[in-house]
Amino acid sequence: MATDLATDTFLASPALRPREDDLYGIDAALTEEERAIRDNVRRWVDEKVLPIIGQHYLDGTFPKHLIAEMGELGFFGPSLPEEYGCAGLSNVAYGIIMQELERGDSGLRSAASVQGSLVMYPIYAFGSEAQKRHWLPKMAKGEVIGCFGLTEPDYGSNPAGMITRARKQADGSWVINGAKMWITNGSNAQVAVIWAKTEDGDEAGHSIRGFLVPTDATGFAAKDQKGKLSLRASDTSELVLADVHVPADAILPDSKGLKSPLMCLTQARYGISWGVLGAAMACYEEARSYAKTRVMFGKPIGGFQIQQVRLADMLTEITKGQLLALHLGRMKDAGTFTPQMVSLAKRNNVNIATECARETRRLLGGNGILAEYAAMRHMANLESVYTYEGTHDVHSLILGQAITGLNAFG
Amino acid sequence: MKIAVAIKRVPDMDTRFKIAPSGTAVDETGLKFDMSDFDGYAAEAALQINEKQGGGEITAISLGPDVVQETLRKALSMGLDKAVQLKADAVPFDGYAIAEALAAELKGGSYDLILFGRMAIDSSNQSVGPMVAELLGLPCISAVSQLDVSDGKTVKARRELEGAYEEVTCPLPAVVTIDEGVARPRYPSLKGIMAAKKKPLEVKPAQLGPVTATVAKMELPPERAAGRILGENADAVPELVRLLQTEAKVL
Ligand SMILES: Cc1cc2nc3c(=O)[nH]c(=O)nc-3n(C[C@H](O)[C@H](O)[C@H](O)COP(=O)(O)OP(=O)(O)OC[C@H]3O[C@@H](n4cnc5c(N)ncnc54)[C@H](O)[C@@H]3O)c2cc1C
Repeated sequence: MATDLATDTFLASPALRPREDDLYGIDAALTEEERAIRDNVRRWVDEKVLPIIGQHYLDGTFPKHLIAEMGELGFFGPSLPEEYGCAGLSNVAYGIIMQELERGDSGLRSAASVQGSLVMYPIYAFGSEAQKRHWLPKMAKGEVIGCFGLTEPDYGSNPAGMITRARKQADGSWVINGAKMWITNGSNAQVAVIWAKTEDGDEAGHSIRGFLVPTDATGFAAKDQKGKLSLRASDTSELVLADVHVPADAILPDSKGLKSPLMCLTQARYGISWGVLGAAMACYEEARSYAKTRVMFGKPIGGFQIQQVRLADMLTEITKGQLLALHLGRMKDAGTFTPQMVSLAKRNNVNIATECARETRRLLGGNGILAEYAAMRHMANLESVYTYEGTHDVHSLILGQAITGLNAFG
Repeated sequence: MKIAVAIKRVPDMDTRFKIAPSGTAVDETGLKFDMSDFDGYAAEAALQINEKQGGGEITAISLGPDVVQETLRKALSMGLDKAVQLKADAVPFDGYAIAEALAAELKGGSYDLILFGRMAIDSSNQSVGPMVAELLGLPCISAVSQLDVSDGKTVKARRELEGAYEEVTCPLPAVVTIDEGVARPRYPSLKGIMAAKKKPLEVKPAQLGPVTATVAKMELPPERAAGRILGENADAVPELVRLLQTEAKVL
């Protein structure tokens, strides 16, 4: 799935020396190709996202007009193979794309995470060849948008308890019933990956399987989640499936049990551990520039020790997060990473990004509460990121179990 | 159409520059580099011409040390077909030295069209394009904001003047330097970035011409003196007017 960057023909990174906001020379640890990708996505976000995202956030709308361009540029499922219309990039490159998108807004990154890691990835990993050929090229281009329905109103952190059922009919087709909650892209999607229990029974009694459900199927309804104070520039919906009939070939044949959706989540969480760094970097930049220009008591506030501590803490945590994400990405490319590593990175990086956003908001004083600045938007967004894809607490429990061998979940 | 686009690697201009200890160049420590803006417009113009005509070949050419390969690869990722690095330890200030090296490379290439940016955004000399035209004995139209070569024989170019524009034509082959306005350079797609590494990038020694003009001294503009607050309300206006007349001499 990943391309081998070590043997490609790109120049080794030229002798880049650290810049003031790249104290550890992380730029130089990227390949030329990775930097080209970063600069490209960054320019796109600067020109197409930053000028409009504040208004979308206020209006509570996802910037749909960007989808086609995101597809054309290759932001959806970029690490899947070229034969399915994707770019075949490394995991590090994928992470960098998520970072740059989230530098714009977590909502935009969420849309790309869901499309790539939670819909295209399961089709790639668990789908039949026909399903891959049918869906992946269109999804890579953004012609088809997908959503991922795992969470239910009564089963969030504990998806194993899900109520949604798929019943096999005599002719091999399926009838699905249930409700899904908090589904990103839900009302904008043409296809939903719905996780449901079938009656065929595994050791847990029921086996969780994935289904590709067209959102225009009879009995399928998506309703926008209203009243969000976070991730406002993202569609979040409730899905209801009432006797939705799908053909036999709607099932993802290689999906087997809860492990399958969790594998998708590992992909998405990996991307999130990079993505949130983008939000943190945007906040840090905003804080730094504000600290140097805002004059109070006769000098720039950046000249006061308290604000310098804020900035020093931010730079320190961002730098640690970057080293974590990059090392994890290199291990993922080498095939030597584990889901526990992803939990550690997701947990740490989302947490520090949230702190950076909050400290930036504070450093900006009154201006910090305005949509004109990015800090409070990122701060509010990151509360969703803190909760989805395994809450901070759930990742603590995953790590706790890995450390002690004792299960503290139930 | 066979098109060549000359591309210069320049520092990001949103930077606080420092002067190097030599006193004749900027300190490159920590600078970010990219394709000169106008060269990006030229690359985009070339791509659009060949897309419209449905074929052809575009070569990106850059003179400089190996780091220019990164800039050339960016051009390839936008969709240009191949690249040539004219290898030199450094890029001389004297545009003529560069023009000779470029002309020597372009001469045998039987290009229909040779594009430059209107100027390099770091040195702002606006000279290399016209000099290359002269050395090759080709017509040259500079600072072009719209370009039409659709008949394959002539260049129809539009140049923006102060409050007006003019249309200039000349036969192909020709040298054209591109101003902004032609088209925003496209974002390379991720697939384009991946494809770029498989495209040919040839490295040849630059046959630089004689360097006669050199930078004797480079200086940053003096720091602006701090502002002064004359007063808070209407009472301050007479003093402000007086100082604008006597001290700033702008009234
Ligand atoms: C904006 C947004 C977008 C989302 N997008 C999607 C999507 O596209 N697809 C999808 O399937 N889901 C999505 N989700 C759902 C998300 O994954 C869930 O919200 C998350 O899993 C938490 O579930 P819950 O909200 O039911 O909280 P709960 O599970 O009820 O948790 C409530 C609190 O209890 C804590 N807790 C839970 N269990 C334990 C325990 N064993 N020990 C200690 N503490 C515990 C949690 O950490 C949390 O603090 C999205 C959520 C949001 C907010």
